[in-house]
Amino acid sequence: MSEEKSDLIDVQINGEWHSFPKGTRMIEACREAGVEVPHYCYHPKLTSPGNCRMCLVEMGMPPRPRPGDDPPEPDEEGHLPISWIPRPAIACANTIAPNMGIRTESEMTEECRKGVMELLLANHPLDCPICDQAGECSLQEFSVEHGKGESRFREQKVKKPKNVEVGPRIRLDDERCIMCSRCIRFTDEIADDPVLGFTDRGSHTVLAVYPGRELANNYSLNTVDICPVGALTSNDFRFQMRVWFMKETKTIDTNCATGANITVFSREDKIYRITPRQNNDVNSDWMPDSHRLNFHWIESEARLTDPLVKKGGVHEQAGWQEAIATSADKLAGLEGSEIAIIASARMTNEELLMTNRLVKHLKAGHVDTVARNGEADGYLISADRNPNTNGVKLVLGLDNPGSQIEAIKKGIEQGRIKAVIALQENLVDDAGFSAELLAKLDFLFTTYPLANPTADAAHVVLPGAGWAEKSGTMINVTGRLQRLNKVIDGPGQTLEPWEIIRDLIQATGGGNGIYAVTDIFKQLTQEVSEFKDLTWGQIGDLGIPLIETGETIPLLEREKERVAKGLIVG
Amino acid sequence: MAIVVKRPKLKWWEQLYIPGIISGMRVTLGHFIKIVSGRKKVTMQYPEEKWDDQLPEHYRGAPALVTDEQDRERCVACQLCEFICPPRAITIKPEEIPGDDKWAKVEKRPKAFDIDMIRCIYCGLCEEVCPEQAIFLRKDYAITGTSREEMVHNKSKLYEIGGVRVGLVNKWNELK
Repeated sequence: MSEEKSDLIDVQINGEWHSFPKGTRMIEACREAGVEVPHYCYHPKLTSPGNCRMCLVEMGMPPRPRPGDDPPEPDEEGHLPISWIPRPAIACANTIAPNMGIRTESEMTEECRKGVMELLLANHPLDCPICDQAGECSLQEFSVEHGKGESRFREQKVKKPKNVEVGPRIRLDDERCIMCSRCIRFTDEIADDPVLGFTDRGSHTVLAVYPGRELANNYSLNTVDICPVGALTSNDFRFQMRVWFMKETKTIDTNCATGANITVFSREDKIYRITPRQNNDVNSDWMPDSHRLNFHWIESEARLTDPLVKKGGVHEQAGWQEAIATSADKLAGLEGSEIAIIASARMTNEELLMTNRLVKHLKAGHVDTVARNGEADGYLISADRNPNTNGVKLVLGLDNPGSQIEAIKKGIEQGRIKAVIALQENLVDDAGFSAELLAKLDFLFTTYPLANPTADAAHVVLPGAGWAEKSGTMINVTGRLQRLNKVIDGPGQTLEPWEIIRDLIQATGGGNGIYAVTDIFKQLTQEVSEFKDLTWGQIGDLGIPLIETGETIPLLEREKERVAKGLIVG
Repeated sequence: MAIVVKRPKLKWWEQLYIPGIISGMRVTLGHFIKIVSGRKKVTMQYPEEKWDDQLPEHYRGAPALVTDEQDRERCVACQLCEFICPPRAITIKPEEIPGDDKWAKVEKRPKAFDIDMIRCIYCGLCEEVCPEQAIFLRKDYAITGTSREEMVHNKSKLYEIGGVRVGLVNKWNELK
């Protein structure tokens, strides 16, 4: 925000005077005054072409006196009288002016909305019973609030292409499209992949993909989120579940260090879809497709459901107590230097604090986490594919996570390390441990949501909850502390990793008195200086900045530039 | 608004109740004589004999799915009946109609449609809420089974009970 914009100007909205910074859009001023202006094409993160005409409002300015006439007299509060302009103005692309008047509930405004709704619905197929958007459709909502109730259109509706594959993940229904152009602007302005556009004219206008191209970029599914109607639908979610059945849980994405804020939609312990949740300090309104669709493994056949203990070379189902007691027995006979603990940067701060306790308790000589590095995509995906590397540094106290893995491998090779505790990591597939190497160990303890080659080699295998089945906090790439919330219950006897580590510490002779994840968070605030005086509630749904890392998120930087230029509201 | 009910003012002989009792006994005795002498029957040999042809048109029996005159299943799996059902007796799994199907234009249909008849309370809300006129409460009332599984009506059973309904709206036809 520049200095100039902090100047406040007075605007009358529905008869009441409010003050807003100069440059505020009329629609945003109304929103802040608690008045909703219905709109389709306007989106605060995109430019405003003003083509849907749904946000028409009645506007007025102080009268301009004719030469020779006296200027209008201000009232006691200094406001001039308003003379109302006889034609409506769009609220989305116009900014406020001093002493401006806006009426959103006048007869003219209501008539405008009714007229726009009637024309939008003239060619709409009204196939709400099969449309995935039903229940969260702006067209449905506004036709209830501002529509006429019945159609005067007696002619045949225009036929347009239906069920078109516009990309590998997206289906287009042109009859439902209301030409708001949000998707076109998104692909052009945010995703830098301008493949969509309108062709043909008048009521025959259709949304189309450039010939020979497809909407295939890694941010394409965001167009489905911003589509106000059911024109663009996700192949993955198509016809899976009606939106009104699903429970919405606010949590964060764990596929990379950005930690995009998301809403997870679930019903009866099954996740159906994930959508981004607005957080202007993390992911704006968007998220990558690759992260959004990476939840189907939660339903996998390979999920571990019961604790397993290896007896005579075969894994046998065991109770939690037996599994933990067996592990405690095995660990009791070992020196600290013979034990290596490999934790995961996918664990929450709370789990890492418990891991830290376990390290101290067992006096383990070797501790590390597995690093996952990819390439940053220049938008939202961070090069670090672990969601909580900063947490590992801060809570587990590792300066350079991932640097000890080779030393641990060598230690096993030479027989110095006899036991490995692998928490939420698959050592064979993700850290390059060979099965032969793991076979040399006297004792291998692993927790993981899925069956894997490491679990095959392990003496004790425990079902540890995946990201959707546990709560905690994580620190993202920019140093922001965010909350991960439990969405569903894990299958079978799955426990959250902090519970498993707590039980292991207790079984090896250390009491603690931790019963809930918030108990650990309280201890975290006492033990780690950066967390001092924080409370669980304080973190909220959007997180709080915790440490300075100097890292930025490229997409947000570009968004800030566009806000500064006045192109978007932000 | 409260309504004050006017009590009838009884004459003195009415307050004795004896004339009332006598006239009541006369009706009872009349029926008794008719039945004992075999001139009137008030019971029937259920289940061999049934009252079905006497059921009114609006009778609410078992809910069932119907097809239209073109043999198209009317249900498009919008799941509104599943949502409205007070005892949660209905479970629907939707699926996409494959592109080579005659009715591919409709896009969506139920893959599985189960009504748990142990749960169903025959309220008729599913029929009322259906935007496609696909579910109707029929006159079947004697729904029996020897296990819980048998009491769950699946899609084929529901179409068997429902049959064909003609003359309903045809919004999925080419001209709409």
